[in-house]
Amino acid sequence: MTHAASHTHPDAPLDALAAARWRVAIGLTVAMMVVYFGFILLVAFDKPLLGTVLTAGLSLGMLLGALVILIAWLLMWIYVRWANAHYDTAIEGMRR
Amino acid sequence: MTSALGEPNAITIGWFLVFIALSLGITVWASRRTRSTDQFYAAGRSVTALQNGLALAGDYMSAASFLGIAGLVALSGFDGLIYSVGFLVGWPIVMFLIAEPLRNLGRYTFADVVAFRLRQVPVRIAASVGSLAVVSFYLIAQMVGAGNLIRLLFGIPYEAAVVIVGAVMLGYVLFGGMIATTWVQIVKAVLLLGGASILALLVLARFGFNPLTLFEAASAKYGATVLAPGRLVTDPLDAVSLGLALMLGTAGLPHILMRFYTVPDARTARTSVAYATAFIGFFYLLTFVLGFGAMVIIGREAITGFDAGGNMAAPLLAEGVGGTPLLGFIAAVAFATILAVVAGLTLSGAATLSHDLWVNVFRGGHADEREQFLVAKVATILLAALSIVLGITFKGQNVAYMVGLAFAIAASANFPALVLSIFWRRLTTAGAQASMIIGTLSTVLLIALSPTIQVDILKHSEAWFPLRNPGLVTIPLSFVVAIGVSLLRPVPLEEERFRLAARRLHLGVE
Repeated sequence: MTHAASHTHPDAPLDALAAARWRVAIGLTVAMMVVYFGFILLVAFDKPLLGTVLTAGLSLGMLLGALVILIAWLLMWIYVRWANAHYDTAIEGMRR
Repeated sequence: MTSALGEPNAITIGWFLVFIALSLGITVWASRRTRSTDQFYAAGRSVTALQNGLALAGDYMSAASFLGIAGLVALSGFDGLIYSVGFLVGWPIVMFLIAEPLRNLGRYTFADVVAFRLRQVPVRIAASVGSLAVVSFYLIAQMVGAGNLIRLLFGIPYEAAVVIVGAVMLGYVLFGGMIATTWVQIVKAVLLLGGASILALLVLARFGFNPLTLFEAASAKYGATVLAPGRLVTDPLDAVSLGLALMLGTAGLPHILMRFYTVPDARTARTSVAYATAFIGFFYLLTFVLGFGAMVIIGREAITGFDAGGNMAAPLLAEGVGGTPLLGFIAAVAFATILAVVAGLTLSGAATLSHDLWVNVFRGGHADEREQFLVAKVATILLAALSIVLGITFKGQNVAYMVGLAFAIAASANFPALVLSIFWRRLTTAGAQASMIIGTLSTVLLIALSPTIQVDILKHSEAWFPLRNPGLVTIPLSFVVAIGVSLLRPVPLEEERFRLAARRLHLGVE
């Protein structure tokens, strides 16, 4: 199929939805990787910084580690919300 | 320090029997509903999102992560958090890229997805190599862990413990299939989360319900270094390599991927990952509290006195804050944990042997329902026997690296081919096949040449390959091979069929 013909193809709405879906999914994947590898590289390269005690019993490293887990939850929440609201509705419309 | 650990007592055995009775009851109930291949492998696709989320968590939270990470935290503090985070961050990737396409494109194994628009026989053979390698190494780690753990917890000899685990697990899987396995995983997840929560509450009760007071007490006892990164991560490249393998390996574990076929649709698959990640993240945060609790309340010297690796930190803590009843409960939970993970692994190995190799390779996809069901059960028996043999063969050997190896193979052999088959229209049969085979072989070869085997186990002075985990090399290699081979010889027919796959990926079976 040539690109010029795509707007008349019966699958064009699905193609557009698929592209939107992968943009969201890949964007969130990249965000997760940046956050996680940022944490790992800090652990590897700047241990004294992560050992900085922020308040009695809490180091910067522990706070950041817990934050990575919270961010993982947040990114998933964003995806589930987007997919349930937009993607599923659009798919449901196409099935009919 | 004296402890009831390792001496069978009425309370421990009582909890243990309650769990066995409960799980056998589930098996009998499930066996009446397991009459077809679809029920055997995929629980009739009737599992709800919350149930599957719990079962995914039950499949993933192994005894190694419960006892091992609690032990690592108890002995080295902060470093345990590095593993906790690594084991969690693969789940968002599973949700964003894998879970929904897998549910819509496949039936029982991840090879269904890779083979969807490619040639069945070569793809399934290559996928089986990767899958069986992951399942075998993971099984070895679990069975050896089970033997040691049950010997420590209940005082039963190693070989007997391995045979008991193999036999009980065989009972669940053979008669109850995926329905029984799912419910055993759910019960185990609830017990593990409940047990760990009770334990954490009892610990925190001693520190005014403030985790920071606990961490402060730990740094007062062993120095502020327990709150800072220690010796676990020394080489940055090694750290990134391990991180990459943990993250992408989760998205390539056959027993985890198989669980997405048990739900009715893609939306349920997506929601179940959200539940699973909430449970798993909560569990790892609890484990961090338990590790520090053991460090402060039990003390490092007492913990290493029972097991040099620190694996007994959580059970000793249970005894320290809750006496013998809680110790018995936590020991039974650890046993349930092993059984549930081993059952999941066995079922996914059996699906590879019977669905991928027997039905789709040897019989060219033409096997009737009766034959498929029979072969699935024979494969289950073979795998249970294999797991017992492997457990006994590797007795007394250091197998801690095998979990890392299983993750590295899953990330290098399974993940690239799976993700490319979903996203990249130009992937060809030869590309997928080469990627899965080279991913498996390069990972095994580089682990064999790594310091883990050469220095730690063979006691050579240095290793040929510097990284302990080869993911940083083998994962990109596997992607490059798949892309290179596919571009070198394009197959227009397979590219055309991408449209069909894409429709089904989004719309499901129409």
